[in-house]
Amino acid sequence: MKTIFFVIFSFLFLIPVLHSEEKIILKKQDWTFEGIFGMYDDLSLQRGLQVYQEVCSVCHSMKRLRFRELKDLGFTEDQIKKYSETFEITDGPNELGEMFTRPGEPSDTFVSPYKNKEEAKASFNGAYPPDLSLLTKAIKNGPDYIYSLLTGYEDPPKDFELTDGLYYNPYHDGKVIAMPPPLYDDAIEYIDGTNASLHQLSYDIVNFLSWAAEPELEKRKSMGVKVILFLIVLTALLYVTMKETWSRIEK
Amino acid sequence: MAKKFKNKTLAWLDYRLPIFSVLREALVDHPTPRNLNYWWNFGSLAGIILVIMIVSGLLLSMHYVAHVDLAFDSIEHIMRDVNYGWLIRYIHSVGASMFFLIVYIHISRGLYYGSYKSPREVLWWLGIIIFLLMIASAFLGYTLPWGQMSFWGATVITNLFSAIPLVGDSIVTWLWGGFSVDNPTLNRFYSLHFLIPFIIVGVVFLHIVALHKFGSNNPTGIDLTLKQEKIPFHPYYTIKDFFGFGVFFTIFSIFIFFLPNSLGHPVNYIPADPLVTPEHIVPEWYFLPFYAILRAIPFKLLGVLAMLGSILILFVLPWLDTCKVRSCRFRPIYKQFYWIFIFNFIVLGWVGSKVPEGHYLIISRICTTYYFAHFLIILPILGKFEKTLPVPLNIFKTLKVKKK
Repeated sequence: MKTIFFVIFSFLFLIPVLHSEEKIILKKQDWTFEGIFGMYDDLSLQRGLQVYQEVCSVCHSMKRLRFRELKDLGFTEDQIKKYSETFEITDGPNELGEMFTRPGEPSDTFVSPYKNKEEAKASFNGAYPPDLSLLTKAIKNGPDYIYSLLTGYEDPPKDFELTDGLYYNPYHDGKVIAMPPPLYDDAIEYIDGTNASLHQLSYDIVNFLSWAAEPELEKRKSMGVKVILFLIVLTALLYVTMKETWSRIEK
Repeated sequence: MAKKFKNKTLAWLDYRLPIFSVLREALVDHPTPRNLNYWWNFGSLAGIILVIMIVSGLLLSMHYVAHVDLAFDSIEHIMRDVNYGWLIRYIHSVGASMFFLIVYIHISRGLYYGSYKSPREVLWWLGIIIFLLMIASAFLGYTLPWGQMSFWGATVITNLFSAIPLVGDSIVTWLWGGFSVDNPTLNRFYSLHFLIPFIIVGVVFLHIVALHKFGSNNPTGIDLTLKQEKIPFHPYYTIKDFFGFGVFFTIFSIFIFFLPNSLGHPVNYIPADPLVTPEHIVPEWYFLPFYAILRAIPFKLLGVLAMLGSILILFVLPWLDTCKVRSCRFRPIYKQFYWIFIFNFIVLGWVGSKVPEGHYLIISRICTTYYFAHFLIILPILGKFEKTLPVPLNIFKTLKVKKK
């Protein structure tokens, strides 16, 4: 028996050797929403919304998000209503059979920069800027990956042939990406006056995207803590009851 | 059977429709070996998770839309707009993983203690049928969110049928309901995914009928003849099963509330796109050992046959294992081979998640060969030559030995 486990354990030590493929290490950040009690940083989310609004939304849609959900970021209903009214929504058809535009309402989804996927592709030589609603969930280690990607643009190595219109980014698949560097120091001016360094901009937008992908996270975790505490107590009581019941026949 | 019930209405009804006395026999009086350990909890756990899957699935089906243009959006609608929709969906998706984890442990327990041996062969068969139905249901269910992995997983697996000589391509077209994985495919997958769990319930019923014919096996593997060796199911095993539920629900909750996506593949949060193939198409973790066997063999048809054979071989296991002693406790050599087999299966799962190239391919071939060798060579020979330890006449002897 011992020899078997010895063989098994020695195999486990071999696994890292087999894993010797070249892999780029992501720039791991301390996200406030990680861990059992991790929650979102509301101020960072608000700044992230501003980054999305002023930079990302030029090319990227975020169609699964509704204006009313911005309540989670700490905005009041009035603020959300005013914000949604700054957008123009195509609605219809009306009773004359025609489409019309109206100001946005809190129940509307975020407005896409393109009418459809084809129009987006046509504007970018076939490269399609993905919808951002679920991005952090759709990539392994999503938050760290997107942070690394946004801060990871650099000049290509000397012998690296780069096609026109593409950019070098070691974090992207194939180290080449069609998206021009979207963020840089002082790319925008934060409303709350925070210093808009590349790190800060990337950090805030990733927080915002993570919230957009998992808006239920805070509710989920706080509920989880209560449920698990309850279950631990219940299980302990069941254990005691079981021991008591079985003691009748174990004498 | 005709038990007296104190309540007159109950007695009247039971006299005409004896469900209460049947239930009492099965859940209260059923004589059960008194020496069952915690590995025997996994049968009832599998039962409770089946119920959880059916209830959560029913709630999901009230909001889900089986259409290629709407399926993904309807899942996100459940996650974002439906009250506690995220909870229902995570219970269902994590629950699938838990169901397989429980059933794998349940099967492993059967292998260790020789629960498949005479006279419980049919009980064992029914268990394998449940496992096969679970595989079908899990595969069909995984396609429903219509994410990238859903779509490409469905494409890869349905394409396996094209390996059948002559009629393969026609069968694939028939399965798809068209010339590619498309809306008709999604519709029928949804329909079948809804149906199969209820077939599972039916087979589970038969599984329990077969179980109660000879009663549970036990850690010593011996047939119990003394009256004192058995105790009524209630309260001893009802409370023990409830304790098992408590432990399981705690672990289940850790995954639902804190790691809901850790067992799934992130790519499935990208809507299905028939024009973009994901980098690696991998099934859910619980299919990986069988996926590794499929890809270990260079010829498609042989690979498919090997994958099917790796499960179907379990049907003849009661006759491949020629040893009369059931439990591993008294089979010192088989016990070692048992753990090698389990380890080999885990390694198969690990290589199943890798691209089948270089040393991964070599490992998957060695492990596949060993998997079949375990059943076809080691077990038949071992039964003939292994010197088993003396088997006690009743369970009390081993119980006393253990306490010292």
